Amino acid sequence: MLPAVEIRGRPASEGIFSGPVVALGATRIASRPARDAALERSELVSAISAAIVTIFTLAAKNVGDAADILEFQIAMLEDDALKARALAAIDQGASAADAWWTTLESEIAGYVSSNDDNFSARAADLKDIRDRVMRTLAGEALTQMQSGSIFVSDDLAPTLFLETDWSQGGAIALKHGSSSSHVAILARSRGVPMVIDLGEAWPGNYEHAIVDGTAGLVLAAPAPALVEAYTKRSAAETAQRDTDRQFLMKAARRRNGARIDVLLNIARVEELEQIDPASCDGIGLMRSEFLFRDGAALPDEEEQYQACRSMLKWADGKPVTIRTLDVGGDKPHRGLTGEGKSNPFLGLRGVRLTLARPDVFRTQLRALARAAIHGTLKIMLPMVTLPRELEQSAVLLDQCVSELQDEGKACSRPPLGIMVEVPAVAIAPELFAKAAFFSIGTNDLTQFVMASSRDETSAADLQDADHPAIARLIAGVTAYGRANQIPVSLCGDMASVPRHLPLLMEAGLTSLSVAPAALARVKSALSRI
Amino acid sequence: MKDWLMKSVVVTHSIGLHARPSVKFTKLAKGFSSAVEVARSLTGPWFNAKSIVKVMAIKAGKGSTLHLRARGSDAGDAITTLSGFVASEFDEDRTNAASG
Repeated sequence: MLPAVEIRGRPASEGIFSGPVVALGATRIASRPARDAALERSELVSAISAAIVTIFTLAAKNVGDAADILEFQIAMLEDDALKARALAAIDQGASAADAWWTTLESEIAGYVSSNDDNFSARAADLKDIRDRVMRTLAGEALTQMQSGSIFVSDDLAPTLFLETDWSQGGAIALKHGSSSSHVAILARSRGVPMVIDLGEAWPGNYEHAIVDGTAGLVLAAPAPALVEAYTKRSAAETAQRDTDRQFLMKAARRRNGARIDVLLNIARVEELEQIDPASCDGIGLMRSEFLFRDGAALPDEEEQYQACRSMLKWADGKPVTIRTLDVGGDKPHRGLTGEGKSNPFLGLRGVRLTLARPDVFRTQLRALARAAIHGTLKIMLPMVTLPRELEQSAVLLDQCVSELQDEGKACSRPPLGIMVEVPAVAIAPELFAKAAFFSIGTNDLTQFVMASSRDETSAADLQDADHPAIARLIAGVTAYGRANQIPVSLCGDMASVPRHLPLLMEAGLTSLSVAPAALARVKSALSRI
Repeated sequence: MKDWLMKSVVVTHSIGLHARPSVKFTKLAKGFSSAVEVARSLTGPWFNAKSIVKVMAIKAGKGSTLHLRARGSDAGDAITTLSGFVASEFDEDRTNAASG
């Protein structure tokens, strides 16, 4: 038996899971002599077809980026160029598995050698394709998707996450990866513990491990006593979750009884299907980017109107704050965002971009003004830096409203507020006295104040929002808002983390907007502060 | 056999002709009966524009020049559509509008 070992990485999704280890990606099937070429050929062809069918089925269940990634993989598999090369290798005496492996390896090498990240990153997709067909050839397809396992890999392909049944729990432990990756986002939303950046220290071959996604470490081949300790801790966390759950449907109150509004951050309308509107005080941040699918045609006014209207219907009178298009930075949009900027986080994004594209902005503002008659809608501008951005947006909104009135269309003018996420605004909020409300976006605020890019893993330890500089800015904005009757809320990830809540309460905040998965936890934690 | 019809276009899109645009590019190319090829250099090598494996492998990043050539009954349309697709930064709607 291998000795126990503790491997430190970084947390990407919290929670603890103890269970069997399934190593992915490194599945190189043992080489075996090739049989009859015709047999090898038909095995490869049917393995590729099977892979296409599987991905196609998966694609049908997904939308947005996930669907686009899957469509790319299908196109690569359907292309005769790869298949023909592998078949030629079989004709020269290789087995189906060897032929496919060699073909894909040489193709992957071409990507890996690229200096352009946009191409070298596609190596992960090719590996995904390679391994899927390899597994099919080895008849391993089903064991890969076993529920209740720890998946260990260099990085995790989005397709694998999407097709894994997580109902029996499970965890992810990656040698590389990123906490802002697609897989990490999915893991957090489904409550799957995940640790990244374990490095090459992962020795593999362990049958059992504990993944501590909260601390960011993996304990391989743990001694029985350790498993027991972790099982207890995991049970305690589960008990805590059970306690938290009792708070889900209650109005949030602090220990002294003071009422705190807890709203939700929502990225897609479909998320609302799983949420009881009675569990929250409204939607504090509705991201509108989901309407603007990367690479797809821009949504027209009617489509946007219908989407906003359905959210307001769900909210049933509770406030719904919709953020205007916030592409750019880590959310590029082909056709809308700038090109070739070395640091798009500091470039043309958020309200800067929409003001530069009044055609796009007006369509959205018109849709919002029309939807506003169906509930309590507020409009929030992202990345505001100067007062004139708020003023220009207000003028555009007024124009849209009067146009709609002239056209005889029902509408109303929603309150117009701003995100406080650029340090200039957080330091001098008094310049924005005309804003209908402030919503502090701690994710961007932190990266700008700490000079630590969100897409840069090497500076990730500077991303901790728990810094006196951030606390001081939050307190300052909150105090200014209270003194001037401007409602202040906080919608960054910080509000979803219980250990940050005392600081936010001390700053005087009475409204938070959190991830749906954190709703019960936050209310529960507030009751003890 | 008629000669190749040719056109060169600069990839201005920030990320280049990467995964998602390549899917669309090859889909558009497959819509023509003509032979359609792409290259990074006028002297070749030329690659089948209907193959996503080939199109991805030429790694046409931002700022690179993409040479297109087509031969066949609808070669003109193919060149117009595909160069328009690249020039419009992979906007399918504008491409369709431009090609009729």
